[in-house]
Amino acid sequence: MSEAAIGVTHAEEPTLNYLNNGHSIASWLLTKDHKRIAVLYLISVTLMFFIGSIAAGLMRLELTSPHGQLFTSEQYNKLFSTHGIIMVFFFIVPGIPAVLGNFALPIMIGARDLAFPRLNLLSWYLYVIAALLFITTLIMGGVDSGWTFYTPLSSTYSNTQISMALIAVFIAGFSSIFTGLNFIATVHKMRAPGMTWFRLPLFVWAQYATSVIIMLGTPVVAITLVLVVLERQLKFGIFSPELGGDPVLFQHMFWFYSHPAVYIMVLPAMGVISELMACFSRRRVFGYQFVAFSTLGIAGMGFLVWGHHMFITSQSMLQGIVFSLISFLVAVPSAIKVFNWSFTMYKGSVVFSTPMIYALGFLGLFVIGGLTGLYLGSMGTDVHLTGTYFIVAHFHFVMVGGAIMGFLGGLHFWWPKMFGKMYSEFWGRLAAMIIFVGFNFTFFPQFILGYLGMPRRYHYYYFAPEWQLYNVLSSAGATVLGIGFLMPAFYLTHSLIKGKAAGRNPWEAKGVEWEQADSPPDTHNFHHKVIVTEPPYNYDAISDTNKHRAKFGGDPIPHHEEPV
Amino acid sequence: MAVHAPTLDPDAPVVYEQYEDIDQQQETYIVGMWAFLVTEVMMFGALFFVYSLYRWKFQEEFFIYHEHLRWDWAGLNTLNLLTSSFFMAKAVQSAQLNNSKKQRKFLWATFACGGLFLVIKAIEWIPKFQTHLVPNNTFHWPPVDAPGMGGSPEHARIFFSLYFTMTGLHGLHVVIGMIAIATLALMVKFKAKPITDYIPTEMVGLYWHFVDIAWIFLYPCYYLIPK
Repeated sequence: MSEAAIGVTHAEEPTLNYLNNGHSIASWLLTKDHKRIAVLYLISVTLMFFIGSIAAGLMRLELTSPHGQLFTSEQYNKLFSTHGIIMVFFFIVPGIPAVLGNFALPIMIGARDLAFPRLNLLSWYLYVIAALLFITTLIMGGVDSGWTFYTPLSSTYSNTQISMALIAVFIAGFSSIFTGLNFIATVHKMRAPGMTWFRLPLFVWAQYATSVIIMLGTPVVAITLVLVVLERQLKFGIFSPELGGDPVLFQHMFWFYSHPAVYIMVLPAMGVISELMACFSRRRVFGYQFVAFSTLGIAGMGFLVWGHHMFITSQSMLQGIVFSLISFLVAVPSAIKVFNWSFTMYKGSVVFSTPMIYALGFLGLFVIGGLTGLYLGSMGTDVHLTGTYFIVAHFHFVMVGGAIMGFLGGLHFWWPKMFGKMYSEFWGRLAAMIIFVGFNFTFFPQFILGYLGMPRRYHYYYFAPEWQLYNVLSSAGATVLGIGFLMPAFYLTHSLIKGKAAGRNPWEAKGVEWEQADSPPDTHNFHHKVIVTEPPYNYDAISDTNKHRAKFGGDPIPHHEEPV
Repeated sequence: MAVHAPTLDPDAPVVYEQYEDIDQQQETYIVGMWAFLVTEVMMFGALFFVYSLYRWKFQEEFFIYHEHLRWDWAGLNTLNLLTSSFFMAKAVQSAQLNNSKKQRKFLWATFACGGLFLVIKAIEWIPKFQTHLVPNNTFHWPPVDAPGMGGSPEHARIFFSLYFTMTGLHGLHVVIGMIAIATLALMVKFKAKPITDYIPTEMVGLYWHFVDIAWIFLYPCYYLIPK
């Protein structure tokens, strides 16, 4: 390891990099290299994603018929709980930070690794332990409380494996706390000379804000879940209404984390989108500082809106009005971002590469997801829409249309950097478009269903057979979406074996990770000391944009730059 | 793991490969430790939030229940923890002055205070197990040794649930702190490589002071409730 770091000059032939530096299983499972840990995370979150997707597929299958013939109510409850818990706690929350953030963040700021590499490895092990524990929970019968674990159902009445699932989520929470802690220390102290706060890529800003939310929110939900376990197992009484306790208190504490958790999921995706918009419009992000501060604004205000999940509970009207008002305010920084991305494209030289298609998809879907959030943030309409498919559609537009589009866009963007190989641009674009179309077919009908009054978490609707059309549309769309999600698994894997070498900077992008690190990077990321001398997204400095653009049809541009 | 050229001084602190120099490493460790303490504050904070909510709701009853707690033993424990924090501060100072013998002495003194804390905690807790004040299936209020006490069994269960959760979580932190202190003291004794500068001691110290401060909030909240 050491000889690679000390002054080996840049070589043109396949060099020692983080992927071929050690081939044993132990060299992966005991690695402290943030890039290898990112790859481990990529494999594990992808596996969890597929388990969660299977649960979703079975739900959509059940809903094609109004009579609910396939599963019993109990089985269906377990299906949607499994889907929710896995997708939220085991896929989206760790997804972008632990995979893309882990890989790219240290390189983007010119650091050799995260601040605490062993803690980073520990957080992956915690994730794996949590995931295995949750899978064990499924084997032992699963849980039926939904991902929200509302009391007193979870604390008293449910007789499924709630405690084990709660402990799994608790451990997963610590995994993300340690990742967040690592990112905060890294961003504060590990930036290369010249990498000032306002030269940080917006992806790093987003990861930083996300980490702050993780650090402030996750411990609260963790201890809340412990209280539920104590109440279940030892007959403690905290949330029990029989004792004069307040079950709604659980919802307050749960949403104190879980609303900001929405931003834990979507802020990193927004960071990815900023990178993609700049790179593939060949322009500096419009209003860089506004985007950076809106990220912090969302993180801060996100902690003040949790009550909008509880308009129909016992909270007072005044509380409801205040929470509703702040919920509207949080739309402002989100809108700032959307407008700034749009203006970034304006008069830019937009290139429709695969990552950019995801970014554009994100933009449209996030706007729909965000605006429908305003319907739900208004107390009057919320009374009609809450607990219906409208809300299911709303948060899937934000979570899938936002976070997963961001994740896939980022994965396709940094894939050449991670593995040094280009995937097929044709299949990449096709998959991106199939996912976009499939997504809309899946979730748009659910807005209509919700408006018509179909409640979420029901597995039959024989009393309203007219809903079947929309449900069948949605299930058909889910099939298309499923195919779209499977495609990257094939062509990305294929690219590892047969893909063309990507070269250092296949997108001709600006940024330390593209301009100063190899693809795949060396174990210590750089062969030299990084010094940053440019503002971020300095695309204006690329004089012959059009020349590059003409070449962008699908093949990577071999990089001509001299190593720094 | 350090990849920088070895320095001539064998006692020089280890600089790990991701850092440029010892200053950056030390600053990063301190940032990381404070960030971790923020999560601890949030975790205890959530419990204090629940506590204040229920105390507000059941003010008079909480006074009745708290009379069954031993303010004297707990007060002694408060003094004990404050003393331990003093020893910890001295240990950090000795580490900064590179006096490893004194450092170990003060670390073990802190450790002993932690142990004493747990003994006193046990003296407090064990009778509650005997008089069925632990909120499980055999919970009983009023307690068998003081049948005349008022308050309702339901609300008493909430009070003792919170009491055992919060003091239990704190006790767990004391145990973790003691493990950290003992490990550190042994590493100093055997001159383990990562302990060649004062920062690990400083970090353990920060953690221990947090444990102390958490108790300083717990003590009045549970043992000194005014009528």
